[in-house]
Amino acid sequence: MVQAIVFLPLLGAILAGLIALAGAHARNPSGDTVEHAHGHDGHGDHGHAHASHAHDDHGHDDHHAPAEPAAAGTAAAEFITTALLFVSAALSWITFVNVGFFKQDVLIHVLPWINSGDLQIAWSLRVDTLTAVMLVVVTTVSSLVHLYSVGYMDEDPHRPRFFAYLSLFTFAMLMLVTSDNLVQLFFGWEGVGLASYLLIGFWYQKPSANAAAIKAFVVNRVGDFGFSLGIFAVFMLIGSTDFDTIFAAAPGLTGKTINFLGWNVDALTITCLLLFMGAMGKSAQFLLHTWLPDAMEGPTPVSALIHAATMVTAGVFMVARLSPLFELAPNAQAFVMLIGGTTAFFAATIGLVQNDIKRIVAYSTCSQLGYMFVAMGAGAYSVGMFHLFTHAFFKALLFLGSGSVIYAMHHEQDIRNMGGLWRKIPYTYATMVIGTLALTGFPLTAGYFSKDAIIESAFVSHNPFAFYGFLMTVVAACLTSFYSWRLIFKTFHGKPHDQHHYEAAHEAPLWMLVPLGVLSAGSLLAGLPFKDLFAGHGVDEFFRASLKMHPHILEEMHHIPAAIAYLPTIMMVIGLYVAWLFYIRRPYLPVELANQHGALYRFLLNKWYFDELYDIIFVRPAKWLGTTLWKKGDGFIIDGFGPNGVAARVLDVTRGVVRIQTGYLYHYAFVMLIGAAGLITWFMFGLGGQ
Amino acid sequence: MMTWPILSVVTFLPAVGALLIWLMARGGDEAAARNARWIALWTTLINFAISLILVARFDPTQAGFQFVEEGRWLTSTIAYKMGVDGISLPFVILTTALLPLCIIASWKVTNRVPAYMMAFLILEALMVGTFSALDLLLFYVFFEGGLIPMFLIIGVWGGPRRVYATFKFFLYTLLGSVLMLLAIMALYWNAGTTDIPTLMTTAVPRNLQTWAWLAFFASFAVKMPMWPVHTWLPDAHVEAPTAGSVILAAILLKMGGYGFLRFSLPMFPLASHDFAPLVFTLSAIAIVYTSLVALMQEDMKKLIAYSSVAHMGFVTMGIFAGTMQGVAGGVFQMVSHGLVSGALFLCVGVVYDRMHTREIAAYGGVVNRMPLYAFVFLTFTMANVGLPGTSGFVGEFLTLIGTFKVSIPTAFFATLGVILSAAYALWLYRKIVFGALVKPSLASIKDLTFREVVTLGPLLVLTILFGFYPKPLLDFSAASVQQLVTNYSHAITAVKAAALMQ
Repeated sequence: MVQAIVFLPLLGAILAGLIALAGAHARNPSGDTVEHAHGHDGHGDHGHAHASHAHDDHGHDDHHAPAEPAAAGTAAAEFITTALLFVSAALSWITFVNVGFFKQDVLIHVLPWINSGDLQIAWSLRVDTLTAVMLVVVTTVSSLVHLYSVGYMDEDPHRPRFFAYLSLFTFAMLMLVTSDNLVQLFFGWEGVGLASYLLIGFWYQKPSANAAAIKAFVVNRVGDFGFSLGIFAVFMLIGSTDFDTIFAAAPGLTGKTINFLGWNVDALTITCLLLFMGAMGKSAQFLLHTWLPDAMEGPTPVSALIHAATMVTAGVFMVARLSPLFELAPNAQAFVMLIGGTTAFFAATIGLVQNDIKRIVAYSTCSQLGYMFVAMGAGAYSVGMFHLFTHAFFKALLFLGSGSVIYAMHHEQDIRNMGGLWRKIPYTYATMVIGTLALTGFPLTAGYFSKDAIIESAFVSHNPFAFYGFLMTVVAACLTSFYSWRLIFKTFHGKPHDQHHYEAAHEAPLWMLVPLGVLSAGSLLAGLPFKDLFAGHGVDEFFRASLKMHPHILEEMHHIPAAIAYLPTIMMVIGLYVAWLFYIRRPYLPVELANQHGALYRFLLNKWYFDELYDIIFVRPAKWLGTTLWKKGDGFIIDGFGPNGVAARVLDVTRGVVRIQTGYLYHYAFVMLIGAAGLITWFMFGLGGQ
Repeated sequence: MMTWPILSVVTFLPAVGALLIWLMARGGDEAAARNARWIALWTTLINFAISLILVARFDPTQAGFQFVEEGRWLTSTIAYKMGVDGISLPFVILTTALLPLCIIASWKVTNRVPAYMMAFLILEALMVGTFSALDLLLFYVFFEGGLIPMFLIIGVWGGPRRVYATFKFFLYTLLGSVLMLLAIMALYWNAGTTDIPTLMTTAVPRNLQTWAWLAFFASFAVKMPMWPVHTWLPDAHVEAPTAGSVILAAILLKMGGYGFLRFSLPMFPLASHDFAPLVFTLSAIAIVYTSLVALMQEDMKKLIAYSSVAHMGFVTMGIFAGTMQGVAGGVFQMVSHGLVSGALFLCVGVVYDRMHTREIAAYGGVVNRMPLYAFVFLTFTMANVGLPGTSGFVGEFLTLIGTFKVSIPTAFFATLGVILSAAYALWLYRKIVFGALVKPSLASIKDLTFREVVTLGPLLVLTILFGFYPKPLLDFSAASVQQLVTNYSHAITAVKAAALMQ
């Protein structure tokens, strides 16, 4: 059954990919000549340009001029991938029940992968409760996004390719969560990176999409740089990359130090920090977050699936999976909480002033991932997983809802041009409000339980940054509430700002509304029934050996002061009130505020200037170094003093003697080589024979 | 014992093919060209089929040489001796497998076709000979002889600056080969034989080890090429015809790595150990330096050539780590790079054949007209980047994990290459393939033909197969690599123990 869950999406991806390739090939003829290409004229520009006009995209998302008809087999590709994903999702829920409640953990050996000496890595599928939670999250959201995309992408001529990528992503993500060793985890990790790259750059005619795709891949590679080194360190210390072997051997490594680039550092701490660097990249944490907002260039269903619900939570999953290691490295945990808390706050501040509907939700995602890492740093892994679980529903809902708004507004994404939309698209409005309630932690919604639990866990944790994490998450709760309601008020309330778009706004087709409904139900209901399993007395029984919790944290969470317990809710209300004041009651206030604090406003609007900073300290020096090493290093120093210098001397000598005919020079070279070889050979045998 | 000298057949059959072309397809007319093409194709295909018999009969559990043939040659001590083990056989197969693809890729060459095909066939003979020679002098003859057809291929069928490129190629290699010949003489005087299996078990005095190691290193480092003697490679690639680039990147570069594995490590273990930090430094510099340079290239072939230097940095680093994973990873990385870089040069050739320019800026948006090409090129780009699931990952990962145990700083800086390779490879892909198709010169460009699919398809399948299931290749060389690593570490621990006793 697990094989079916994992490999059905792969099958779908291959079939849809073949349909896409066959269709694309049928529309584009083969041939290795362009006109007049036989002569070496180097032009070939006399050909006739047909069917290749550049699509002009006006800088908006989701817009694709319908110049081409839909590819052949589109319906088949959509049906195959979506149906297979629904089967996979159904099986995942069965597995979830089997594993979570009936304790039937699964470990399947599929194939050997890399075997060399003592390094033994296999393809295997491991399902314990932690994996089972991820399975249902991934397959449920993915199947809903597949369904939603049938409607959302209906004008795009390249749908088979799109669905192939979506299913490929799902396969890679499932390989990631079912891995039994670090290397297969890394396979899934980079696999989802590839799918993310392909999907962000899906509209490959848009330069901004291409740039965003590369940025996402390269920034993630920075994280993977650390992840790889972490894997190497684990193998050096333990001699294996299998989880069970690692966890069994880890307690014996406490106190061991290794020399890392001249420093003697605690082996477990440095290993965990290196591995966490990977998590920071994939989960867009502070310092490695810059790719996530740009990733919004991709189609909106992609943002919902990859950049909200699943891929970006891979970092959280990884830390949870490696909880037996992190529990032994308190300094690494402190760093996790520091980064988590910082990200939760930092991303929320940027979210306050953004005007692109998708970017607001993207920064919100970034911030919520910070929350999850706070829980990880506190040692309350199940609590972090709880937020991952609930967040998948309401954040996918918010993205898909935003997609519905964008669809209704004909690819308008700027919330300043919206307003009053609730009359036009009431169903979308209702679902967006539900998502916002859950995100801001309105009592009894899904987000309420998980977010409060995280703040409580930070409060009681023994981490050196516990108070920092607590403070940041509480402040961020207020900011979250403000920016989320700002989004709702500016989009759906008030007066329409663009009458033309407003008049044309229309509710999305059923393909898109059904997933919104399902996710709304999840956002409301995924909290209470699961509270005990993820953050209550049921944790030990439910997760068993798949997580190694901090021993006392859950107990202490039940004994916190009442004031602390109510704090997040109070913060939520404050945020809601301020947003209401700013955008409903007194709409002139935010403008005045922005004018009064111009510097701060610009600082936030420009995302703390991280892109500019990185451009100055990484991108430009790398380019400068590349050019310098090429022109000066290779060209001037090595060639100048090496072959060119020698050649110049040789030419000086021979110029007077021999008329060097270019084209015959190599003949002389041969004569020289053969002469030298012959001479030495003769010498050798002359002496050898004596 | 074999009933027929299968290795010699695989080595010299291409030469027979070349002779056939010379006899039957002389002249400049179209008929001669057609005959030459077909003779070359059939020769290489038959040779590949015969080489598969080697695979079938090879016993991967044995570490030693198999299919050994021996005959008198120059003197009583210098023999014609051939044989392969798990380290050399993969390269033999790589050679015989790539040659038919190169012939097919060269189908549209029109200038002096019979001579062109003969050059490739003779090159194949010499390359197979290099990997299967078991006599030092025989190895030298094949190793250096291989340069001659390569010179001709670049010099006759190359681009506009071919004379400069061949001259540079020549100067670098001459330096290395003269030094290597001196070292071969020294080894002969030391052991009284040029028999490689004997030399591998003969202790070499420490002093001689140092000098001989350096002399061999000079030759192999140029071949690899290692930083800072790499500058001939970008020029040679740029000027070489497509199939020449494929052979150069896929096989000729591997001779350097093969030399390290066959001579440096087994014959001079102490010197290898002493010089390992030097190799580590050069490898790490090569990876970071050439990756940065690749980032700024304006010529497609140059970019891929620089990326080859970076990838060879992983190989040298892994080999001199002297660990099982490092050495096995080095072998694997070389084979994988043979497939991937060969395919990338074929990909460049595809658009070069259509547009007659390698300038990156002349392209953009070809995906709109060439979706199959975009797919194939993407796969090989990702393999070049070392994405798990492609063969590129397995080699890179093994060499890095094997090196980390020995030298953390080397592995650290080498892993930086993982970031940089993503940057330059994806940048190249974006500039050529993605974007809107606005350049009028590209408007009538057409997608891959059947012939091009035939050349790229097998490489694509193997790249992905070895990414998911590298076991056949790893198992193939495991026993020989294990023996090499064991002998190497024994030699070093013995010296360390002796030093402690004093």
